[in-house]
Amino acid sequence: MVQTYDRLRTALEQGTTTCEAITQNYLSTIYEKQHLNAFLAVYEDYALNTARSIDEKMKRGTAGPLAGMVVAVKDNICIKDRTVTCGSRMLEHFVSLYDATVIQKLKDADAIIIGKTNLDEFAMGSSSENSAFGRVKHPLKNEYVPGGSSGGSAVAVATGMSTTALGSDTGGSIRQPAAFCGVVGLKPTYGRVSRFGLVAYASSFDVIGPLGNCVIDVARVLQVIAGHDEKDSTSAYVPVPEYLIDIHKDITGLRVGLPKEYFDESLNSEIRSAIESAVNVLERNGVIVQEVSLPHTKYAIATYYILVTAEASSNLARYDGARYGYRSQNATDLYSLYVKSRSEGFGEEVKRRIMLGTYVLSAGYYDAYYRKGQKVRRLIRDEFQQVFQEIDCLLTPTSPTTAFKAGEKLKNPLEMYLSDIYTTSANLAGIPGISIPWGVDTNGMPIGVQLLAPQFGEPLLLRIAHFLESHRTM
Amino acid sequence: MSVTLKDVEYIAELARLEFSDEEKKMLTSELNQILEYMEQLNQVKTDTIEPLSHVLDLSNVFREDLVQPGISTEEALKNAPSATEEFFRVPKVLGEK
Repeated sequence: MVQTYDRLRTALEQGTTTCEAITQNYLSTIYEKQHLNAFLAVYEDYALNTARSIDEKMKRGTAGPLAGMVVAVKDNICIKDRTVTCGSRMLEHFVSLYDATVIQKLKDADAIIIGKTNLDEFAMGSSSENSAFGRVKHPLKNEYVPGGSSGGSAVAVATGMSTTALGSDTGGSIRQPAAFCGVVGLKPTYGRVSRFGLVAYASSFDVIGPLGNCVIDVARVLQVIAGHDEKDSTSAYVPVPEYLIDIHKDITGLRVGLPKEYFDESLNSEIRSAIESAVNVLERNGVIVQEVSLPHTKYAIATYYILVTAEASSNLARYDGARYGYRSQNATDLYSLYVKSRSEGFGEEVKRRIMLGTYVLSAGYYDAYYRKGQKVRRLIRDEFQQVFQEIDCLLTPTSPTTAFKAGEKLKNPLEMYLSDIYTTSANLAGIPGISIPWGVDTNGMPIGVQLLAPQFGEPLLLRIAHFLESHRTM
Repeated sequence: MSVTLKDVEYIAELARLEFSDEEKKMLTSELNQILEYMEQLNQVKTDTIEPLSHVLDLSNVFREDLVQPGISTEEALKNAPSATEEFFRVPKVLGEK
């Protein structure tokens, strides 16, 4: 049962369904579609008990803003007394000591957390094939990938295993799987949502965000999870606006830019026509669409993978086999405890990124790679700020292709990295981005279009996304 | 700049990782391919550009230094692969490199 939250909420308020029945329904779908491998843990008893207590609150009229919304959570976000595996042998048995701030906020809003979703190990990947617990399968064609790294979350939302889901986006990990699976995925501004309780991958890029079946659903989740948190000193002291107030407002007169660098020959022609049809919808409704230029776009992937692997190599140094996580049984002294625990506990892609990150940070190469990357990052961020002086929002493809076949890009890591070409810039610049479904290709696979806005420009981003969604022609 | 097998061994040691000979060869060629791609950044003139480490231009964030409840020793040891009642247990530290 794929349904938007507004319809569920209306049915709940009219008394035609209950939170318990809704939860039961999602649980049935999860078990029915186990072969997709979307979930790593399902909290059946907890979810049903929570649902019953929220049903009581509904009767008393004290239910919170997300009452009856069933949420699936990417398994790199901590929930107290539950495992947080990150799709890794390293953390297979690690039990969280606390709730992530986003989890606390969802619980306070009476959302029902149904389980943990599968992902690329430590969120490193674009296909959800890198999980130590098996790959996630695309719901439409099982031999295809659902995108990644939040592949399990995207599949859960697309197939009616949950109303919405949380993902994390370091370089496209919410938006690209959303595009591949035909759902909405929002990457908020860096610092808009607390990272407390999100297992760190690349701390100056990571952000938690929602996936849902419509723009309003992701807006509702963002409303609850956004805001400053004293437990995350990089979370922003920017007031949280009411995201739904202006979401239906007319968009006449707004300016949307098409960055010409996003439309080169590597873009699949069906995705190109999808963008053209979205442009037509905007223009017919009084939006001014113009070509703009972001000349440093071609350096985004190189910059991104230098900085992200550097941060990852540092963040993942904590996994030493001493205090928590996997410990090798083959260690003879402390040094071999570190080396063997890490080498046996991490998967191939994680080790590759740690190696790359260690290299770019090592003496002699730090200036040539890491520092250079930080400088180009400034150019990329400033270039976006400049473009947003002329326009309100950018419209681009989310991904250069639709979902690809499992195994297709595993042999060539660089080719896999290049599939993030349209999404990494937003993380380099710290700006918000949203992917919304826009038709399917001749193979029947979903196409996503991406909107990008200035930092903290979520209200406008959601408004244009909602408009496009309500005027979908494909 | 080209990465040699020796570089891979050195980096692996820094990263506290070990690889089979075959994996090392594979990594050498993959790292070379990826780093060669990254070298296109040399086309960008950045002499006068300051490195950016944080997109929001935050500087240090301070708070009052107040005692807050933390986790107990028992909780801290809950995920330990090996522990006594109060300490993490690890193999002998002395006499190694």
